[in-house]
Amino acid sequence: MADSVFDHVVRAPEDAILGVTVAFNKDTSPVKLNLGVGAYRTEEGKPLVLSVVRQAEQSLVNDASRVKEYLPIIGLAEFNKLSAKLIFGADSPAIQENRVTTVQCLSGTGSLRVGGEFLARHYHERTIYIPQPTWGNHPKVFTLAGLSVKYYRYYDPATRGLDFQGLLEDLGSAPTGAVVLLHACAHNPTGVDPTVEQWEQIRHLIRSKKLLPFFDSAYQGFASGSLDADAQSVRMFVADGGECLVAQSYAKNMGLYGERVGALSIVCKTSDVAGRVETQLKLVIRPMYSNPPIHGASIVATILRDKDMYNEWTIELKAMADRIISMRHQLFETLKARGTPGDWSHIIKQIGMFTFTGLNSEQVAFMTREYHIYMTSDGRISMAGLSSRTIPHLADAIHAAVTRAS
Amino acid sequence: MASAMLSFASAAAPASASLSVRENLKGKAKIGSVNFSSSVPERNPFAKTKHFGRVSMTVAVNASRFEGITMAPPDPILGVSEAFKADTDERKLNLGVGAYRTEELQPYVLKVVKKAENLMLERGENKEYLPIEGLAAFNKATAELLFGADNPVIKQQRVATVQGLSGTGSLRLAAALIERYFPGAKVLISSPTWGNHKNIFNDARVPWSEYRYYDPKTVGLDFEGMIADIKDAPAGSFILLHGCAHNPTGIDPTPEQWEKIADVIQEKNHIPFFDVAYQGFASGSLDADASSVRLFAARGMELLVAQSYSKNLGLYAERIGAINVVCSSADAATRVKSQLKRLARPMYSNPPVHGAKIVASIVSDPALFNEWKAEMEMMAGRIKNVRQKLYASLCAKDKSGKDWSFILKQIGMFSFTGLSKTQSENMTNKWHVYMTKDGRISLAGLNLAKCEYLADAIVDSYHNVS
Repeated sequence: MADSVFDHVVRAPEDAILGVTVAFNKDTSPVKLNLGVGAYRTEEGKPLVLSVVRQAEQSLVNDASRVKEYLPIIGLAEFNKLSAKLIFGADSPAIQENRVTTVQCLSGTGSLRVGGEFLARHYHERTIYIPQPTWGNHPKVFTLAGLSVKYYRYYDPATRGLDFQGLLEDLGSAPTGAVVLLHACAHNPTGVDPTVEQWEQIRHLIRSKKLLPFFDSAYQGFASGSLDADAQSVRMFVADGGECLVAQSYAKNMGLYGERVGALSIVCKTSDVAGRVETQLKLVIRPMYSNPPIHGASIVATILRDKDMYNEWTIELKAMADRIISMRHQLFETLKARGTPGDWSHIIKQIGMFTFTGLNSEQVAFMTREYHIYMTSDGRISMAGLSSRTIPHLADAIHAAVTRAS
Repeated sequence: MASAMLSFASAAAPASASLSVRENLKGKAKIGSVNFSSSVPERNPFAKTKHFGRVSMTVAVNASRFEGITMAPPDPILGVSEAFKADTDERKLNLGVGAYRTEELQPYVLKVVKKAENLMLERGENKEYLPIEGLAAFNKATAELLFGADNPVIKQQRVATVQGLSGTGSLRLAAALIERYFPGAKVLISSPTWGNHKNIFNDARVPWSEYRYYDPKTVGLDFEGMIADIKDAPAGSFILLHGCAHNPTGIDPTPEQWEKIADVIQEKNHIPFFDVAYQGFASGSLDADASSVRLFAARGMELLVAQSYSKNLGLYAERIGAINVVCSSADAATRVKSQLKRLARPMYSNPPVHGAKIVASIVSDPALFNEWKAEMEMMAGRIKNVRQKLYASLCAKDKSGKDWSFILKQIGMFSFTGLSKTQSENMTNKWHVYMTKDGRISLAGLNLAKCEYLADAIVDSYHNVS
C-alpha cells in the first residue's frame, strides 16, 4: 500500500470528559458507577426523557402538516422568541425594546462557538477571561473561535468555595473592554455560585471597567428548581441597560442532550445594532453548518408556548433538581456517619449537577481502580449519576481514598 | 462571486470594525466633552458611576460596543426564498433553493421517513448525547451506502467516518482537518460551484482557487480547462469534486472523463475531495450516483467525501450527513477519526441524534430501505419529466434555433440556464421567477403546469435583456 498523506496525523487522546464514559463502558464490574458526564439519571440509574417531551414529540409526529424544510440560518423564529423570554423574562425591557437578537444554535457549545467567532470578528477586544476552573471545553471553544483565553481566579480549594477577592482583583485588572465568561448558575465543575450580593458587586465592577459579559446558561431551572431564580444573574445585568451575550442550552433542563438545542442571545444598546448584529451572526453560521436542526427546537417551542405543557415541564424540572439536592444531603450524611476525615459541607453548599469534591487526581485514580468509580480527574462528580442505592459505595470509595490514597 | 467577496470582506472586517468602533467612540467623545451632563440620556443608571476620563464615561454609556458593525448582505441562495415569500404576485415561482417540491409545488416528507419517526417514538429511545463522532449505526450505514458494503475500503476498515451537520458541516470538518494537518495546502473548487463552498474554506482559513469547469459556449463541461488547471495546481492540493449532479450547473463528467480526472489527480499526488449531496437523487440509483467516488476508491487513492441526506431523504432541516476519509491503512483511519473528533468537540460537542436515527432505521430495515429507493426514484423521475417538458416548451416557444438540449443533458436538481446576472434579474423582476443570479434554476421547484410560463420567461430574458 502506498504511503498515506495522513502519516503525520497522530492519534488524539480521548476527550477528557466524554472519555470517562468510554472507559466506564469498557469496565465489566457490576458495581461500576459513572459520575463523569453531566447527564441526569433517575433513581434507577436510567436516562430520563421528560414525559412532557414525549408528549411534544408525539404531537409533532402526529401533525401531518409538518415539513422538514430548511430552517432559516438563525433557526426557528418561535423558538428564538420563547428562549429569549425564558432567560430574560417575558417583561424584560431589552425584549420590549427589541434590543435582543436571539439565534438558535447547537446547544450550549454551538452558542458559545458562534458567539466567540462573532466577537473575534467584530469586537475590538479579543481576550476572553474565563474562571479557573471552568468546563473543560471552554478554552478550546474560544481559542478555535479566534479569541485568546485568560483566566480569573474563581475556586478557592482552601474553602472549597468562591475566591471572591481573587475574582474581583483579576477582573479589576483586566484590560478595558475584555470579554468575561460567567456561569449564570450552577458553576461547572465546582457548583460554587456567587451570592446575590456578590453578583451585584461583580456586575458593578464589570460595568465600570466596560468589560463585556458572556453568560453560559446551561442549567436554568435545573440548579435551584426555579427558572426565574436561576436566571437572576443574567437579568441583573440586563436590567442595568448594558450589553451582554448569553448562551443557553436545553440539554439538561429539558433533557434534550442529543438533540443539540440551544440559543445565543446578544443584548445590544439599540434595536438597530441588534438587527445588524443578527445579519453578521448569519455569516458565521452559514459556513459552519448552514442552518440548525429542527427537531429539538420544535420540541422546545411546543412546550414553551403551551401553558399546560410549560407547567408540566416546571414540575418535572423541579423533581430533577430536588432529586439532586437530596443526593447531596444523603452523601453528606453518609460521609458524616462514616466519620470520613475532612469537612464535607461543601457537598450541600454547592449547587447544580456537579460537586467539586476536592479530591486530587491520585485519589480519583485510586477510586477508579479500586472502586470502579468513573469521574473526571479534577475531582468533579456528577450528582445526577447517584442514587440512594449507590451512595454507600461512593462513600466507601471516598473514605478509602481520603484515608489510604495520597 | 460577489457574495463570496462580500462574505470574505466581512470575515476580514475585524480590523475595520474595531477601528470604526474606536472612531465612533472618539466622534461621540468630541460632542460629549463640551457638556458632559446634557449629553447623558434620560434614564441612565451609570450617570453616577466613576469616571475614567471625563469624556470616555459618557461615550461608553451611550455607545454600543457593536456600533461599528455593518449590515451584512443576505445570503445569495437562502436570501432568494426570503424574497420569494415577500412577493405577493400570483404567478411567482421559487426556483431558488434546492429543496424538492411535489407536482403540487409542496414540500415533501418521504413516507418512509414518517414511518421511521413513528417507529422511533414507539421504541421510546432516549435522548442521550451521541459520541462526538455521531451515531455508530448511522456511520456504518452511511459509509456502506457510499462505497458499497463489500468494498475493500470498508472491509479493511480504512474509512474514518464522522457524522456531520449535513453537507455543510461535514465539509467544514474536513476543511478544519485540512487547515490543521495540511497547512498551506490549497483546495481547488470548480468554477462555478455551490456558493457556500468558498465561505466554508474562507472561514476555515483554507486557501482556495478555481479550476475551469463550466463552458458558457457549449453550456457544457470545459474538460480541457479542468484538466489543465488541476495539472497546474501545486502537488498535494485538494481537488473538490461534485460526486454527481454538479451544483449549480447540473453538468457531470462522463465515466471516461472521470477516469482522466483520476489520472491527473494521481499524477500530481492531489487528494480528491468529493461533495456528495445527491446520491440516489440524480439518476434515481444510489449505486450509479456513487460510481465516481467508487472509481477513485478502486484505484487505492486516499480521498475525502462529504455526504448529505438533505435531498435524497428529504431531511433538510434535520442536518444529517457525514465526512468520510478513506486512508491507506486502518491505523491512519483511526488516527484521522480521532482528530476529526477533536475538531468537532469545540464546534458543537456532538451531532444531533434525530436525523441520524431516521437514516439508520431506514437503511437497516430491508422493507424500509426498498421503500426509500422507490421514493427516491419517484423524485428523480419527476425532475426528469419536468426537464423534458421544459425542453419541449422552450423548443416550441423559441424560434431562434438556439439549442436548449442542455436542459436534458444536465442532471440533478439544478439547471444552469446560461442566463446572465441581468437576465436572471429580469426573470425575477418581470416574471416573478426567483432564482440565483448565476443563472441557476432549481427544477425541483418546477412542475409540469408551470413549464410553459417558465419557458416564456427564459426566452424573453435570453433574447430581450442584455
